[in-house]
Amino acid sequence: METSIENKSYHVSDRGYYGNFGGAFIPEMLYPNVEELRDNYLKIIQEPSFQQEFEHLLRDYVGRPTPLYRANRLSEKYQTNIFLKREDLCHTGAHKVNNTIGQILLAQRLGKKRIVAETGAGQHGVATATVCALMNLECIVYMGSLDIERQAPNVARMRMLGAEVRPATSGSKTLKDATNEAMRHWINNPTDTHYIIGSVVGPHPYPDMVARFQSIISEEIKWQLKEKTGSENPDYVLACVGGGSNAAGAFYHYLDQESVKLVAIEAAGQGISSGHSAATTALGKPGVLHGSRTILMQTEDGQVVEPFSISAGLDYPGIGPQHAYLFDSGRGIFMSATDQEAVEAAFELTKLEGIIPALESAHALAVLGRLGAGSSETVVLNLSGRGDKDLSTYMKYLD
Amino acid sequence: MNRITTLFQQNAIENGPGLLNVYFTAGFPDKNDTLRVLTALQNSGADLVEIGMPYSDPVADGETIQMSNDRALSNGMTIKLLFDQLQDMRKGITVPVLLMGYINPVLQYGVEAFCQKCAEIGIDGLILPDMPMDVYEEEYKPIFDRYGVLNIFLVTPQTSEQRIRQIDAVSEGFIYTVSSASVTGSQSGVSENMEAYFERLQSMNLKNPRLIGFGIKDHATYSKASQYSAGAIIGSAFIRVLAEATDLEADIASYIQSVKNPKVEAAIN
Ligand SMILES: Cc1ncc(COP(=O)(O)O)c(C=O)c1O
Repeated sequence: METSIENKSYHVSDRGYYGNFGGAFIPEMLYPNVEELRDNYLKIIQEPSFQQEFEHLLRDYVGRPTPLYRANRLSEKYQTNIFLKREDLCHTGAHKVNNTIGQILLAQRLGKKRIVAETGAGQHGVATATVCALMNLECIVYMGSLDIERQAPNVARMRMLGAEVRPATSGSKTLKDATNEAMRHWINNPTDTHYIIGSVVGPHPYPDMVARFQSIISEEIKWQLKEKTGSENPDYVLACVGGGSNAAGAFYHYLDQESVKLVAIEAAGQGISSGHSAATTALGKPGVLHGSRTILMQTEDGQVVEPFSISAGLDYPGIGPQHAYLFDSGRGIFMSATDQEAVEAAFELTKLEGIIPALESAHALAVLGRLGAGSSETVVLNLSGRGDKDLSTYMKYLD
Repeated sequence: MNRITTLFQQNAIENGPGLLNVYFTAGFPDKNDTLRVLTALQNSGADLVEIGMPYSDPVADGETIQMSNDRALSNGMTIKLLFDQLQDMRKGITVPVLLMGYINPVLQYGVEAFCQKCAEIGIDGLILPDMPMDVYEEEYKPIFDRYGVLNIFLVTPQTSEQRIRQIDAVSEGFIYTVSSASVTGSQSGVSENMEAYFERLQSMNLKNPRLIGFGIKDHATYSKASQYSAGAIIGSAFIRVLAEATDLEADIASYIQSVKNPKVEAAIN
């Protein structure tokens, strides 16, 4: 959150763009809500009282700093030096809570009474319901009806936390449709409601705001890696990308450090050309999705394509505008992993390190063998979440 | 001059009744109904027609228009097909016609190619609610101007006075006045709050005429809207008529009649 970073090239411009991507492509009905955020977010998050409360909650409530763990057996297997950034150890089980803590503090300062959110895997929904319980705010979470079925434990957690989970039954009944419903809800309730977007997507200022809240990940990696290796810069930073928030946080302080390779891993589903995939940069084209100019999977006619991934958190047809720019400019390396590869990687990590990763994070693990990292090189992999929520999927592959 | 501009000017001079702008989704209820519904609307007395370009993710729309979008897409509607259906429309259609939709399909078609096609067919204006005003001014306005296609902006009860003035300055044709903070299809009718907002707009002396939309569904709401503006826009209520129609032409005629001129309809019955 240092201001010195603001004007650098891969960060957002004053007008909300990353190169040609970003902006706020929203109907007029959303304009005042988004304008209020845009005009206030930097001011609020730079206030000392905000920073103090944010840091306090990240430490004592979320459990930060999360460890940077050298995975010895995994490193041996891939003949390189692999460090796992343990976001899976955050309260609620994923990095998502870094963002929801930041946004709920912001919503309070804007005088909002109610929170609306979308969720895919349910991790962001749980993280939102959690902070709403903490701050005693009403919470409504939209979730695709298909995801409600495949992420039952998280639905139960949200309900126990006091959130109302509303099924999104339009379109593909997954994350993009839940996002549409949350936006509609915000249109219908413009003054008293804050929309906590769960990733670095949406109209400006959301992508930048969420990236700032997640930037704690790379802020910690830097000093932790320095302690462990003597250098704060690894050769590679790896993160899975749904909308891209854990990747944005893991990349943030390395964006302008061009010697650090930033590797984003998308979900290939059943294979990139199978027709059942969510590999946005491989299959998508520039366009507008959920309020920003970005890269999205779409038909020739400009209709949004329904994506597919075994992992609900990566089952999204777009990526955040900053990632679109990292892809377009060549600063980011984009790879993908199939459902099968991700599941195998999850079992491998469990066997070698005793850590059950989220299916989303397993996609990043799945490319370790293809990365080409040398034995003297350092790889930091952002382990964005834990696998408890995915046990029923994993059980299907046991024996 | 653009048909929209001409219509509003004439109606103002003649001090005519409120103009009725009717929205329907292209390719709904059936794929090849587009020109048929357009023609029936003109014949029934609609003053302007807004044809919706179906989209997979219509965030500003409520359930009714989402449903018509989904149906039209599963009927196989595309932008190219829509242009084919409308290719010769000006042989019979004299009312102003606008296309309404979301920006992504227009970007994929190419903004220049899209505007060129509109000019060729005789489309008078576009309503793209998710196209930002600054992007329009900087990137697209010269193209719209070159092809004589008007871009219609929205204002809502939350739009600040300063922004309304900015919108008025870049607008031509009319300003789409959204009656309440909601997606399309809200059932709220016209409340006292809204009347205060309409009066506020009225007293601003904007250069553009206004049409009021969202929640207009019958003669009472149409008349109320016309009291405060140049007329009204009907969307979801008309989609419901189409969804339930047994005889398209007759059902469209009796609905439009009931909105604009219920006494005449009563006399005929
Ligand atoms: C554990 C985990 N990782 C990654 C993601 C993908 O989101 P993002 O790309 O914003 O990090 C999710 C989304 O639900 C998640 O739960």
